[in-house]
Amino acid sequence: MESLSNRSKKVQKREMTFAERAYLPAIAQGLGITLKHFFKKKATINYPEQTRERSDVWRGLHVLKRDEKGAERCTACGLCAVACPAEAITMTAGERKAGEEHLYREEKYAVTYEINMLRCIFCGMCEEACPKAAIFLQDDKLAPARYERDEFIYGKDRLVEPLKTTETK
Amino acid sequence: MESVDLIYKAIYILVIFGITLLIATYSTYFERKIAAFIQDRVGPNRAGPAGLLQPLADAGKLFFKEDFIPTKANKALFIIGPGIAMLVATMSSAVIPFGDMLIVGGREIWLQAIEVNIGVLYVFGVVSLGVYGLMIGGWASNNKFSLLGAIRAASQNISYELAMGLSLIAVLMMTGSLSLREIAEQQQGFNWNIWYQPLGFLIFLVCAFAECNRTPFDLPESEAELIGGYHTEYGSMKLGMYLFAEYINIFVASAVMSTLYFGAYNFPFMENLRAAISDPVLANNVVTILGVIVMFAKIFAFIFFFMWVRWTLPRFRYDQLMKLGWQILIPLAILNVVLTGGAILLKDYLF
Repeated sequence: MESLSNRSKKVQKREMTFAERAYLPAIAQGLGITLKHFFKKKATINYPEQTRERSDVWRGLHVLKRDEKGAERCTACGLCAVACPAEAITMTAGERKAGEEHLYREEKYAVTYEINMLRCIFCGMCEEACPKAAIFLQDDKLAPARYERDEFIYGKDRLVEPLKTTETK
Repeated sequence: MESVDLIYKAIYILVIFGITLLIATYSTYFERKIAAFIQDRVGPNRAGPAGLLQPLADAGKLFFKEDFIPTKANKALFIIGPGIAMLVATMSSAVIPFGDMLIVGGREIWLQAIEVNIGVLYVFGVVSLGVYGLMIGGWASNNKFSLLGAIRAASQNISYELAMGLSLIAVLMMTGSLSLREIAEQQQGFNWNIWYQPLGFLIFLVCAFAECNRTPFDLPESEAELIGGYHTEYGSMKLGMYLFAEYINIFVASAVMSTLYFGAYNFPFMENLRAAISDPVLANNVVTILGVIVMFAKIFAFIFFFMWVRWTLPRFRYDQLMKLGWQILIPLAILNVVLTGGAILLKDYLF
């Protein structure tokens, strides 16, 4: 019978040759393949000692930057929180007191600043939104695994860039 | 036998026992390493340098786990099962000649625990007892999967022992002796049996894989079908004993194969080396020690081969296994016997 499309292929079930039925050549071939892999370079990255190479634009753990005098740049404007699609950022604003000029650059500053790393999708919108160049996503740090959910809420203690100790040296 | 000889024998047996256990322990490590390397991974590398203490960590874990016995199990047999497996596995290395003879202070020291003139039969008898360990353990667990695994183990071992024995007959026809030492001595230099018995060796190798319950014949413990096979209900060190016995069996099978087909402790140009050293005692000792090293190199090569095959081939289906054993290997082995007999007659006729 003529087929409708003429595209069907006649499948032939070929008799196996003796070499195929004997199974041993196939075993030898398989052993050769596994032996090749035995000497191949290993794909493993020994994690704590080595880390995978990351691109320069990798978006990792956030950091709240300080200015060149060591004062926090963040003014708690809330633009990052608005920009955040995952709603991971919360903050409370406060007024800078007299004598705190070396700590905070503007008159208004963030008293608390929290990022929930379980909500964060590391999209980098906060970085784009920030008018003061205060928040950045580092290219060399990740949010590590932890046992408790609370520990994923990063406060200012873990987000603010540590003070540069160069002037004390 | 003098008391000195007895003491020496006791020490030698202890040493062989220790080496057997050590090799079995480190087989687990190398199994994991080789598996990892074949799969482009690095394998255990945290415990000690390059992960070398991993077997100790595993053994420690197994020892400290709860020694659990199911309520419905037959307690005595449940405990005896792994014991038999372990006992039988360690017994079989007694007759294997790991080396020739050392001369120390004028005394001849044979590097073989027991010299019996039926060494081959002894190995076969003891190895086939090993299936009792699996049978008893599987039956005593009172679990249908264990029982199925045990039955599979029993029928598989019986089926493959036949072909194994038949392939061995060809070797025995050539050597005319059942003593492993004599078989080893006849393969002087590079005159190994593998050159005369390639087909016999192939059959023996396949049967050895089946006897050791190694992939592609690991149906007794196929975890996809039978959970764990005969050791489903086992835990802690009793499970460890079963796994350990399996590795010792691999070691023994490798040793037997190197003795029967790959010239045991013989290596090419050993007579030239013996002649090159003027002092006969020193020459003998150097050749013997090199022979022991060669013997262990052969054994390790076989152990590597066992593991290499495990991570290459998938498991057979049970009907395929039975078909291979009964319909292919046994006729082939008989053909091999006939061919060998013909060749021996022809050799007598021509020369």
